[in-house]
Amino acid sequence: MYRETEILKQPGAGEPDVFGDMIINIGPQHPSTHGVLHLVITLNGETIKKVEPHLGYIHRSIEKMCESLSFRQFIYVTSKMDYLSSHINNHGCCLCVEKGMQIEVPARAQVIRVLMDELTRLASHQLWWGAGAMDIGALTPFFHAFREREMINDIMEETCGTRLTMNYMVPGGVMVDVHPNFQGRVHEFIKHFKTKIDEYDELLTGNVIFQNRVKGVGYLSKEDAISYGCTGPTARGSGVSCDIRKLYPYEVYSKLQFDEVTETGGDCLARYLVRMKEMRQSLSIVEQLIDNIPEGDVQAKTKAVLKLPKGEYFSRVETARGEFGVYIVSEGGTTPYRIKFRSPGYSNLSALDHMARGGKIGDLVAIMAMIDLVIPDIDR
Amino acid sequence: MFLVNYIKDVLSGIKSLATGMKVTGWYALHHRKEKITQQYPDNKDTLVLPERFRGEVVMPHDEHNEHACTGCTACELACPNATIKIVTKFDIQPDGKKKKAIDKFVYHLELCTFCNLCIEACPTDAIKMAQTFEHSVFDRTNLTKILNKPGSKIREGIE
Repeated sequence: MYRETEILKQPGAGEPDVFGDMIINIGPQHPSTHGVLHLVITLNGETIKKVEPHLGYIHRSIEKMCESLSFRQFIYVTSKMDYLSSHINNHGCCLCVEKGMQIEVPARAQVIRVLMDELTRLASHQLWWGAGAMDIGALTPFFHAFREREMINDIMEETCGTRLTMNYMVPGGVMVDVHPNFQGRVHEFIKHFKTKIDEYDELLTGNVIFQNRVKGVGYLSKEDAISYGCTGPTARGSGVSCDIRKLYPYEVYSKLQFDEVTETGGDCLARYLVRMKEMRQSLSIVEQLIDNIPEGDVQAKTKAVLKLPKGEYFSRVETARGEFGVYIVSEGGTTPYRIKFRSPGYSNLSALDHMARGGKIGDLVAIMAMIDLVIPDIDR
Repeated sequence: MFLVNYIKDVLSGIKSLATGMKVTGWYALHHRKEKITQQYPDNKDTLVLPERFRGEVVMPHDEHNEHACTGCTACELACPNATIKIVTKFDIQPDGKKKKAIDKFVYHLELCTFCNLCIEACPTDAIKMAQTFEHSVFDRTNLTKILNKPGSKIREGIE
């Protein structure tokens, strides 16, 4: 359902005026879209009248591809969707298969999974912070963010073997036990990042130029955030409580002490502050778990060929960008009959038109940066 | 009143810029200690990759040119992109019986996504991931590799 908003009710809104309006294209090859996103913008002077995202430039038909892959194989494909939170995507798929097979995941594997999720979230937010600031015009944060992200990537490389698309989670647990150096490296990272996150705030958050670029820009009310189906920091910046980790806790999240971060501003600054505070929350989760990894197996005993019983299964997790849902229809065979992924990027992008209308074209880049779009996640 | 607000804005702006520049200035003075970049082609001799790093699939052979692959095709079935193709043959044993063995273990590096599922699936640990990572070649056909060495045979005692 398309929601009538205040801006839409204005006479002539959304209709291109042949004489006065200008239609320009941003993308598909534009550095500020961080991927192949094509935006057709109707402009009146410098004011945006309409933003029309054109998708499909990087469509790989992942959902259809998964129908020909077995229940062990399809998990690795999902790390190619939202490549910055690949662990969390894999986690969602594993949860769904485990729900169908009724596999009990060992306690050690659960804690390792959550640890990896939070480290991925931190890495993703760090990249967002650097790249987002670079879009707005501050180049220095990019290098600062990548220094810390490199530490997380090194931890991942040591334990999982790869740096970005790990494929570390398998139905029933994780692939191998963590590396012996893992705990030491994570402790080192926590100690390092605790001082650096204050530096992040010093560098950017209070900066007057940055504040002027994001304050009051791209307003999204709480009602609109719900009606567009926004999730993650985009919706939490508008005051919607939608953290899956709190509302529908999975694995060990129910036993952890952390806050769901919400801001009521609804503008780009609120979304920025949500992510900055989320980084501190993730850091505290990692701190709580790193010394309390229980002993035991890392993988439950499963059959070599998984056959999901006939039925429909759904599970959801909280990625760095919002809610990621996996819906599997199984006919009882070795491959899924139908798979549907609910990715956070698509819904968040649908609110872009609403946020940008009435603003200036320069603000569009700030709005896009603060939604934190990952294009392969939108197109799938 | 307007003038007071204006001057206040300017002063707070300068203050916020100085806060950011303080961080930048600290790094400008301590750049030697905080150097984090690596000069890649020059550091090749000292570059150590973690042992779990997924560079490419290899089949380790021992000193008698023997490997542990039985040709069970578990890796071929586990692979999501048809990267591995196993061609089997039948060896004639000394007692006249036929025994299945691998003729060629074809590995398409250009199709591989390094998901590690084949290594997980292998029951005899015949294949493993190597730490090599410089895979660029001039001809695409060079990326199709045959992992078992010529004249190699299966190690005794592995079924």
